[in-house]
Amino acid sequence: MAVKHFNLPDPGEGLVEAEIVTWKVKVGDVVKVNDIIVEIETAKSLVELPVPYAGTVAGLFAAEGDTVEVGTPIISVDDGLGGDVAPVTGPPTGKAAGTAGTATPATSPEGIEPGATGDTTGEAAGEARVANLVGYGPRVTSGKRRARKSESLAATTTSQVNQAFSPVAAPPDSPAPPESPGPPESPAAQLVTVPVPGGGKVLSKPPVRKAAKDLGIDLSLVAGSGQGGIVTRADVEAYAAGGRATATGPSDLLANGAGSTSYAEPVFAATGERETRIPIKGVRKVTAQAMVTSAFTAPHVTEFITVDVTRMMKLVDRLRQDRELRDVKVSPLLVVAKALVIASRRHPGINAAWDEAAQEIVVKNYVNLGIAAATPRGLMVPNIKDADQMSLRQLADAMANLISTARDGKTQPADMSGGSITITNVGVFGVDSGTPILNAGEAAILCFGAVRQMPWVVKGKIKPRWVTQLGLSFDHRLVNGDLGSRFLADVAAILHDPGQALVWG
Amino acid sequence: MSDKEVAVPPEADHAAAVAALIAPVPEIIGGAEFVQLLTPEGERVEHPEYSRYIADLTDDDLRGFYRDQVLIRRFDAEATALQRQGELGLWASLLGQEAAQVGSARAMRSQDYAFPTYREHGVAWCRGVNPLNLLGMFRGVNHGGWDPNENNFHLYTVVIGAQTLHAVGYAMGIQHDHAVGTGDPDRDAAVIAYFGDGASAQGDVNESFVYAASTNAPVVFFCQNNQWAISQPVERQTRIPLYQRARGFGFPGVRVDGNDVLAVYAVTKAAMNAARSGQGPMLIEAYTYRMGAHTTSDDPTKYRISAEVEVWKLRDPIARLKAYLTSSRKADPAFFDAVEVEADELAVTIRDGCLSMPDPELMSMFDNIYVEDHPLIEAERAGFAAYTASFEGEH
Repeated sequence: MAVKHFNLPDPGEGLVEAEIVTWKVKVGDVVKVNDIIVEIETAKSLVELPVPYAGTVAGLFAAEGDTVEVGTPIISVDDGLGGDVAPVTGPPTGKAAGTAGTATPATSPEGIEPGATGDTTGEAAGEARVANLVGYGPRVTSGKRRARKSESLAATTTSQVNQAFSPVAAPPDSPAPPESPGPPESPAAQLVTVPVPGGGKVLSKPPVRKAAKDLGIDLSLVAGSGQGGIVTRADVEAYAAGGRATATGPSDLLANGAGSTSYAEPVFAATGERETRIPIKGVRKVTAQAMVTSAFTAPHVTEFITVDVTRMMKLVDRLRQDRELRDVKVSPLLVVAKALVIASRRHPGINAAWDEAAQEIVVKNYVNLGIAAATPRGLMVPNIKDADQMSLRQLADAMANLISTARDGKTQPADMSGGSITITNVGVFGVDSGTPILNAGEAAILCFGAVRQMPWVVKGKIKPRWVTQLGLSFDHRLVNGDLGSRFLADVAAILHDPGQALVWG
Repeated sequence: MSDKEVAVPPEADHAAAVAALIAPVPEIIGGAEFVQLLTPEGERVEHPEYSRYIADLTDDDLRGFYRDQVLIRRFDAEATALQRQGELGLWASLLGQEAAQVGSARAMRSQDYAFPTYREHGVAWCRGVNPLNLLGMFRGVNHGGWDPNENNFHLYTVVIGAQTLHAVGYAMGIQHDHAVGTGDPDRDAAVIAYFGDGASAQGDVNESFVYAASTNAPVVFFCQNNQWAISQPVERQTRIPLYQRARGFGFPGVRVDGNDVLAVYAVTKAAMNAARSGQGPMLIEAYTYRMGAHTTSDDPTKYRISAEVEVWKLRDPIARLKAYLTSSRKADPAFFDAVEVEADELAVTIRDGCLSMPDPELMSMFDNIYVEDHPLIEAERAGFAAYTASFEGEH
């Protein structure tokens, strides 16, 4: 076999899917056994996958950001040895019918992978069990249970249903298998993913049938996303809401052109969707949960102060010339961070947390300074551990390190845990201020706005000065208005006159 | 009234007593209570008590320690890759603990018996267990595919700490066989029970300590303190250094640099000698580090900082032995190259062997349940055979 496929394994125990985070190879790359080809994110961890074959990458079957079910082929490798060439790319229609009869590597246990034989597959393929695919190698499951010898009418029906609703074809939003996914009946199975003509047997649960009937929807027109193509309540509702194309449309993979787009294009092109539905998952999901938790447990108060930071800007200019800081980035954010650390030491109550379970307020004698960062993977708030122990140079290094790590999307969960207070720098977007939501488990977050030249009254005269706005949100359960105000005023005072840091630092 | 005043010491005294008890050992690495014969830089240092136990090691032995560690690390890496490729359900990596395992296993005699956890791939290797057999359990084709009595290496035990009870029981059996303290080096035997810092908190392990002490059983408790019980750091599991726990049970404990194969060998050899000669149990705490994840299902970046891992990289067990072999001219580059080649060959053998591992016969699940035939098992076997025969087609 010249072209070998690698299916997404279960990298944990009992995981059923993973998100493709980063491809480390592209089509045409030469790989050795155990070269890292892709980074995936599961419910448990970020994992790098090594490839089991040596050769040339012939195809990638999932795009970054796709969530792929365990057992789905994600890459194929041409070992250059010739022999039976399995079709590598292309959508599962057309070709599938052609190849299914001749080369059916996917269903032949001995064909590709020498070790694994029947019984684990037999079980895994049947209905719901696709999770534990130890030793399945590159094989795709056959999707069919063996029939009992004494076939009753019921058994026949079950068998037919299982054939028609082969799980290989069922999940509509998983990347399409690159070749015929299995037994010769798979072309029939394809019908499941497009509207079945009226009269076809549609699998659904009674309450969902009722819901469809109430909504006046013909179930046979709704594509099922459940196990084995079962139409779920969500499918019906999505159909009712006009989300039909979501269920029946092409996968991201096809849309991205990794395969031919002819398969699904007409569905989209003809209807011209007015909405795009994006699955809520990964960092987006975590962010949403954290925001909801924070916003609805901590009563937020936000205060603002507008401050003349001309002297801070001059200081930043001077520091950029300083030998100690020669090769690091000195930014206004760095000075703000330092000011925040100094002010939190003057007001320890702001650098604290509410421990509901213990009924205690935890005042932290360290400052783990969080910096909210927009990264390729979404919003991350990594923090600088023990920022209060750092010199300006160390702080600058730590910040540069934190930002570059975040930008590369390599921020680790440990970098994000244990924060005590956070800065969000909306000024980089040219925005003046905002009412930030607390990073969960912290009592305060400082919002740093854009620094711009404004007319300002100095000693009775209007002068152009560098001015910025600071906003501070704090948790009113443990921080009262006086503490929050004093803290914010202190930060502003240091930015107004950095010499104040000598007094308080 | 006055009774109470006598019975309850002032709080300050209690606090001071606890503080004295749990005061951290000032310098764990390199401290006085830390047995080390080879520094992380590969420099040989002497120890007043333990240097003599490695005096008779030949250069061949030392090169053998190196080869063992490199090969087992390569095997471990290949198994991890196989898991990531869907060929194993799970794998527990030994990365970083090679010296602790090789040093202790090489200190055993053939009649000694080892009771492992599920991470003792290095011990299995030294005991002569075919490494492919280790994969069978993780591939799900058997329940530990070796005969424990063939190599005196018990089956992997996944239940945390349970094997320490089995080990003590076996050691008590040795006593009943009168194979302790006879002075005959081929007859006297001892048992070594492996466990980790996390297991030290298990009831089973503590009960084992009690039984071993009260029966004076010939057993060495070998704790690989790899600093992490999955996500729990060792500081959260114990107030005092683990080796000091032995004192409370009434037998000696020692802490050894677990990344120093020579020190581990020396300490284990001394402890096994003492056990064989009838001097009873001992606890060895091999101070080491789990460089990888707990298992392939775990992601250590979620709970530990990379700086800690970087510190331990500098204490690598293989690098320090290589440095020593090189500087003392006990091995040349050709030797190191040959070991690398052998390691790569081993990896290929392991990969091919794993992929071609036959699935078990379905009916074999009824084998090896009881020593003798059992009517209930026979009935179940027959019933299941009839059930599987009721399906069409080949199995």
